[in-house]
Amino acid sequence: MKKVLEVKDLNVFFDTYKAEVQAVRGVSFDLHEKETLAIVGESGSGKSVTSQSIMKLIPMPPGKFAGGSIKFNGEELIDKSERQMEDIRGKEISMIFQDPMTSLNPTMTVGKQIAESLIKHQNMSKAQARKRGLELLELVGIPNPEARIDQYPHEYSGGMRQRGMIAIALACNPKVLIADEPTTALDVTIQAQILDLMRDLQDKVNTSIILITHDLGVVANAAHRVAVMYGGKIIETGTVDEIFYNPTHPYTWGLLGSMPDLEGDSDEELQAIPGTPPDLADPPKGCPFAARCPYAMKVCENHMPDYFELSDTQKSACWLLDERSPKVEPPESAKVGGSKRDEQ
Amino acid sequence: MSNNKEKLLEIKNLKKHFNVGRKATLKAVDGINFDIYKGETFGLVGESGCGKSTAGRTVLRLYEATDGEVVFNGQNVHSKKSGKDTKELSRKMQMIFQDPYASLNPRMTVKDIIAEGIDIHGLAKNKKEREETVIELLETVGLNKEHANRYPHEFSGGQRQRIGIARALALDPDFIVADEPISALDVSIQAQVVNLMKRLQKERDLTYLFIAHDLAMVKHISDRVGVMYLGRMMELASSDDLYKNPLHPYTRALLSAIPVSDPDVEKNRERVILEGDVPSPTDPPSGCPFRTRCPLAQDVCAEVVPEWIEHEKGHHVACHAYDERFSERFDAAREAMS
Repeated sequence: MKKVLEVKDLNVFFDTYKAEVQAVRGVSFDLHEKETLAIVGESGSGKSVTSQSIMKLIPMPPGKFAGGSIKFNGEELIDKSERQMEDIRGKEISMIFQDPMTSLNPTMTVGKQIAESLIKHQNMSKAQARKRGLELLELVGIPNPEARIDQYPHEYSGGMRQRGMIAIALACNPKVLIADEPTTALDVTIQAQILDLMRDLQDKVNTSIILITHDLGVVANAAHRVAVMYGGKIIETGTVDEIFYNPTHPYTWGLLGSMPDLEGDSDEELQAIPGTPPDLADPPKGCPFAARCPYAMKVCENHMPDYFELSDTQKSACWLLDERSPKVEPPESAKVGGSKRDEQ
Repeated sequence: MSNNKEKLLEIKNLKKHFNVGRKATLKAVDGINFDIYKGETFGLVGESGCGKSTAGRTVLRLYEATDGEVVFNGQNVHSKKSGKDTKELSRKMQMIFQDPYASLNPRMTVKDIIAEGIDIHGLAKNKKEREETVIELLETVGLNKEHANRYPHEFSGGQRQRIGIARALALDPDFIVADEPISALDVSIQAQVVNLMKRLQKERDLTYLFIAHDLAMVKHISDRVGVMYLGRMMELASSDDLYKNPLHPYTRALLSAIPVSDPDVEKNRERVILEGDVPSPTDPPSGCPFRTRCPLAQDVCAEVVPEWIEHEKGHHVACHAYDERFSERFDAAREAMS
């Protein structure tokens, strides 16, 4: 499959009064055509900074690129000027945000907000843009688009606003759609609608999606590949099946174990990960997870492991995979589907 | 769950209406009935705006009820009472809030935050005892005495929630309303807080009303669960029963909407995806509030408010499809669904 986006060894730091916060430290991943890549991690793991870097939405200063490259269709984005980026944002790469209430413009009708990028990027007339706007609202499942197109965001419900955002983001048929926690602010029944819609649209408009989320359920539902981030690094990446059924990094085990299981027994304790994530103003020298890792060895504290390639698609940065390390089995709690899957 | 099933709390036809604008009333909670047994965790779930938080707050009398009763240990919470009685009651009923960033006073030290209730109720004889109690509480929730003199901003979300829990425990309450105590936290931290709450419940014989929208977590922590929609209770059952054998079409839709962290299951499962949004609570549909989105809805649903039926022992539901009088009218719709 063709690579649409190549991120290599990306470093994004922020200058703060206290120290330099190393939010993203050497992140590399590829995004292929028509696939959904989920970036999972806790708050502060660098997942949003990574995605905003691709759009170059990081305010600089205080932020800065401290090395690495972001190639979109072979072109380097880091070297592009703000003017050049304006031609890419919304047209080639677009974004939907977590909170549709604060990311839509309250003083413009939804129709105008959709038309904005059509008029700018596709030189449409107002009438053409309106016509396309109606099609888009229809496409994202907003009932009665003729009336809704002239309404303001506050007249929409939460789920409809997110649909409106998706319509704006998809207006110019972007190659890449970055969805930053698109369903976190929504109720489960609305979340199901939006996830369904995103999958549907991906088939129709051939967009690659970067889905940023902390909800592993959403990942299982929507993603093809997964990158797990912790402490500004991708610590494990693989196809969705590899990450859920053959996870190798203790942090991935911890994440899978801390989700309650609907089928499971409520008497058993949840597998909490003790402690808190590292302070990226003073990042640990070795593996960022070492301080919370139950399997941590001496080497983990001082040396960040390289990626161990487990298959063509799965890579994991953990010393446990080194042949000199003791062999550790993943805990029961990290097993997804458990015995049911073994029987198959 | 305790087997003796002693009722700690009885909620009878509880209503809380807010006046909004000129003539409009928002019926946030509109006649809910349930009991909470001693030592159990009662989970209250529903989507935003369904009235679950209002219900929790009204139970504690943080809001005055519009109608109905809350009986706590044989005592009516909402009756007129002296300041002394109110104080005594509030000691026994405490609350943990959703947002650990907003619910701790940023200008007070952790020690003072936790001890505020102790001071108000005069529970510590002297400064030393006050200090000791605070340190003991901090240790109970997994913090330590070095934390006592710090301010809330020096803590992470999970640690703040622990402070909120310590504050609730300071008065040695019998009953705690936990209003979305983990929604603002990261997954790995959520598990820490839930495990802590479960441990404290065992050690201190606490009863919880656990309000959340995360059904998986509610299932995990609760003994019994009530499902709310637009101010009304739709279904109430033991948590295993509710998840294995959901009756109400709304409960079914809610359960099927939760994404499961298992890709194979996700690929193959049939979802009941609800159309549309929750109607405005200022102008709720007539009859059953869920009928506008219900896949089974019949004419009768618009005309008659469903009764609160005990379908099986301990499993209540408010839906005409389970009412003997109307049940047949749903046969065709049920068949079409399956």
